[in-house]
This record gives sequence, C-alpha cells and structure tokens, in this order.
Amino acid sequence: MTVLVAHAVPSRWWHSRATQRFMHHRLALLGLAMITSLTLACVFGPYLLPYDSLYIDLRARFAPPLTGNHYLGTDPLGRDVAARLLMAGRISLLVGFCAMLLSTLIGTLVGVIAGYRGGWIGAALMRTVDGFLSYPSIFLVLALAAVLKPTPAMIVVIIAATKWMEVARIVEAEVRSLREREFVQAGRMLGLSGAHIMFREILPNAMGPIIVAATLTVARAILLEAYISFLGYGIQPPLPSWGNMLNGAQQYLASAPWLAIIPGAAITIAVTSFNFIGDGLRDALDVRDDRV
Amino acid sequence: MRAFLLSRLSQSLVLLVIVSIIGFVILNLTPGGPLAQHGLAPGMTQADIDRIQEQLGLNRPLWIQYLDWAWRLLQGDWGRSFRDGTSVTTVIGRHLFATLLLMGTSTAIAIAIGTWIGIRGATHRYSLFDYLATIGAMVALSIPTFWFGLVGIYIFSLRLGWVPAGNMYTIGDGSVLNFLHHLILPSIVLSLVHVAVWSRYMRTATLDVISQDFVKTARAKGLSERRVLMKHVVGNALLPMITLAGMQLPSILTGALVTETVFTWPGMGRLFLDSLGYSDYPVVMGLLMFSAVLVVLGNLIADIVVAVVDPRIRLA
Repeated sequence: MTVLVAHAVPSRWWHSRATQRFMHHRLALLGLAMITSLTLACVFGPYLLPYDSLYIDLRARFAPPLTGNHYLGTDPLGRDVAARLLMAGRISLLVGFCAMLLSTLIGTLVGVIAGYRGGWIGAALMRTVDGFLSYPSIFLVLALAAVLKPTPAMIVVIIAATKWMEVARIVEAEVRSLREREFVQAGRMLGLSGAHIMFREILPNAMGPIIVAATLTVARAILLEAYISFLGYGIQPPLPSWGNMLNGAQQYLASAPWLAIIPGAAITIAVTSFNFIGDGLRDALDVRDDRV
Repeated sequence: MRAFLLSRLSQSLVLLVIVSIIGFVILNLTPGGPLAQHGLAPGMTQADIDRIQEQLGLNRPLWIQYLDWAWRLLQGDWGRSFRDGTSVTTVIGRHLFATLLLMGTSTAIAIAIGTWIGIRGATHRYSLFDYLATIGAMVALSIPTFWFGLVGIYIFSLRLGWVPAGNMYTIGDGSVLNFLHHLILPSIVLSLVHVAVWSRYMRTATLDVISQDFVKTARAKGLSERRVLMKHVVGNALLPMITLAGMQLPSILTGALVTETVFTWPGMGRLFLDSLGYSDYPVVMGLLMFSAVLVVLGNLIADIVVAVVDPRIRLA
C-alpha cells in the first residue's frame, strides 16, 4: 500500500527522471559546484577582502601572490589582484549570462517562426542564419565593438548579435519536426492562433534542446567577452573584467606572470563549469546532439 | 555529380549574397558611414560633406548603393586603405600567406592528434583513456586561446627558452629553419581547440563505422583487428571529417586572429586589429568580407571533395 501512496504524491520537478539523471552526472555536479562557489565568491568576496579593487598603492606594485594580505599579489598600479579578480568576475559572469538570455531569446524567436511558418519566410530566416555563421565571430564582434560605444550593455547586445544562430538552428529543426504532430493539428482545429500554437503548444516541447544550447551559450559568451576585452575592444577600464585584466599582462609576463595566469584560470574554470553542466543537461534531458 | 555541383554552387552563391548584405549593413553602421575619414578632417564644413556625398553617390537609395558596392567587390575593387592608399586587396594579399601557413600547420597537427585520440577513444570505449580524453576535450574547449598562448610563451620561451616568444623570423635570419622554429608554438596553441573538436567527432564517426555490417564481415573473414581498423574503419570514419574541416574554418580564423596578436605573427588577424586601431575601415571591411568569403568557399570545396571521394553522396 505504501507504494501506492508514494505514487499518489504529485510529482515535482526534483522527482523527475531528468533531475535524477543530472544528479548522477558527476562532471555536471562538479561544474555546478565550481560555478556556484565562483559566483558566491564574486558576489560576497569583495566585502571580505582587506583591499578595495580600485585602491591604488604604488609602493606595493608587482607584489607576487601571498605577499602580506595580497593573497593573489598586486598589479602594475599596486591594486589587489584578488579584489579585482572578484569584481571582474561579477562583470564577466553577468555579461555572459545576459548575452545568453538575449541570444537565446532572439534565436528561439527566429527558430520558432522559421520552423513553424516554413516556406519562403523560413528559408529566408535560415539563410540569414547561415550568412551570419559564415563570419568568424571575433571579426564580426570586433568590427561592431569598434564602431559602437563599448558599454557593458552594448557588449551584451554585440555578443548576442553574433551568438544567436546556433539556438535558432536547433529550435528550427525541433519545431519543424513537431509541426505536424497530432497535438499541433488538434490546436489548429480548435482554432488557436498561430502565435498561441507556436509559443504555448510547440515551444514547451522544445525546451530541452533550448536549455542545453543556452547553457553552452553562456560558456561561449564568457569566452567571447574575454577575447574582445583582452584585445581592448570589450569592457573598458576602470571597470575590470577577466578579459581586460589580461589586456596588459603580456608585457609583464617575464616579471609578473601571475597577472596573466590568474584571470585566465578564472575564465577557464567558469567556462569549463558551464560546459560540464551543459554536457550533464544534454544527457539528463536526452537531447540528441553529437557536438561537443 | 553535375546536378549536385550545380545545386551546391547555387547555394553558395545565395549565401555569398546574404553575407554581402550583412557586410553592407555593418559598413553603414560605422560612425559617419563610408565618409568617416572625411568627417574627421579639420576645416570640413557640412557643405563639403554634402558635396563629397554627392560625388560618391551616398545620397542615392541604399539598395542602389549596395548594388554599386557589391559590383565593385566583384570586379576586385575593394577600396583603398586610409593609412597609405594601397588597395585593400594588395594589403590583404601581403598578410594572407602568413595566416594560411599558420592555419594549415595547426590544422595538420589537430588532424593528426585528434584522429588518433578519437580512434583510440572509440576502440577503447569507456576506458580511462576515453574518459580522460572526453574531459580533456571539454576543458580544452574552455581555455581562452590567448591565455593558452601566454602560458605557452611563459613556460617554453621565457622559462625554458626552447622557442621564440613571437614574430615569424629573427631579424637578419630569413632561413626556413628559423621560420619553422617560430612556427612551432603558435601553431600548437592554435591547434588546441581543434584537437578537442576533431577528437570528439572522430570518436563518434569511428563508433558509427565500427557497428556497421561490412566491419563485421571483415572481422568474420578473419582479418586482424589492426587491418580491419586501418583498411575499413579509419578511411570511412575520416570521410565526414572533410566536411568538419570546412565547418571549422570560422573558428580557426577566430583562433588565428587571437594567436597572431599574442605571437605578433604578421597575418590577417593582426592586420585586422591594427586596422581597427587606425580606424582604417576599408581594410577592416575588406577583411571581414574576405574571411566570410573564405568560409563559404572553404565549405563548398569541402563538400565537393567529399562528393568526389564518396560516390554515395553525389548519387543521393
């Protein structure tokens, strides 16, 4: 009898098979743990450190890690690298996350419309996707970042503008395969509007691949922000980001290697985490995709 | 074959048109549009700007301007550099070789190592090697190329002194050996991401082939496992990789830009950044268009090669 009672309890998302599978994916859990600790450190860490990220101490320039209270050393202006790393993390993670939201939104919108409408609208949209994919993303982003004012919000828009295509492709394929299913035809017969069918009936059934793609997009957006900030066209100082902390690091590589090694390690950890989580979600949500 | 070629060619043409429209929109986003350099000149009045606009035909409808611009691109007139007035095609041509060499070398490295890892992962599925290769690939994809380059320079040039930290030649020494010495580190750095991608795809492709009937037949014939692998599996698994090589072009170009910056390698990527720094928009636009055209053509060539090698595709 107890078994029956247990089944009578309405199932919650944390009881679902997908959640169970995710919780058994060791790499995904490791990624989740890493990114959670990193995020918490970036949010609360700056209040716990003895130095402000903007405090300049010219007498303490180029202090190597573990000098006094400078746990990760200081930069060419004597600013505390640990404090800057955490403040930069806030910006880099936030930019990555926002760029993911925006690009997933654009990609989903384009994908749903192209997949559901099909015909020449679908073809035109998907050929535009191909067109954007033909540009190496960094060329496109740099050209845009150089001509538009590189505020953090604009960086988000620029990254999203060059990262939405993959989501669009995934959603389009998914929607196209769902379009002729019975529940969609039933919806049409009931006289539901096209928008209702697209977004309320079909889209919820395509959420799995979208969630996986969105997670991997965070990873790519963080990397892209790091690339352009490293090259000097992304987040502008004094606002720190992991990428722009590396911007001047090469000239001090021989004398102060920690300036290059530490922010790059932070980027790698953050991006690896999202890639691990994405991998776990792909297995858990049973998304068929051969890509890495 | 002919039908396949025609349809594939027309697809690429359509794609090139779309690519050029995107490029044209970006060109018109630049501050002051195509007139940027005149707008900055001292003593320029609105009347002068209007006159130049009239002369350059910038007051015509956008779609006519686009057709005009695209027609000039087709004729090989890609504009002139703001910096020294050389034609954009000449400037790109000067930097093309260095980039292609770097990309070619690192692709060769990626193919060699990635293929080996992929096949071994597939034949020793779920082994420790396979597990580590999977994790390693995901980590490799997460490492920023420029950071990997900096760490490489720190360890192998500054600490160990094995390889130079940048440039294509030591000044005053133009020998091939000297050039190869400079090529080692940047091409390894650039290949990292592609080793990861290549090994994952190769693993999947090998697994697909291994489970097929002709492999079972080959084993049943009594061929040694080694011969089955070499004669029947590897060749078939490598086929889809040709398409992959084409698809990887944009990301190789992206990596090349970053790698060239870190290693002061005189290629297209460095040229692009230098031109951005000088607001040399004709060269920036030229490189942007050129990289996209390279990608479209690269994919076209990859598809044609696959069709030539594999009759199943052109007959389908």
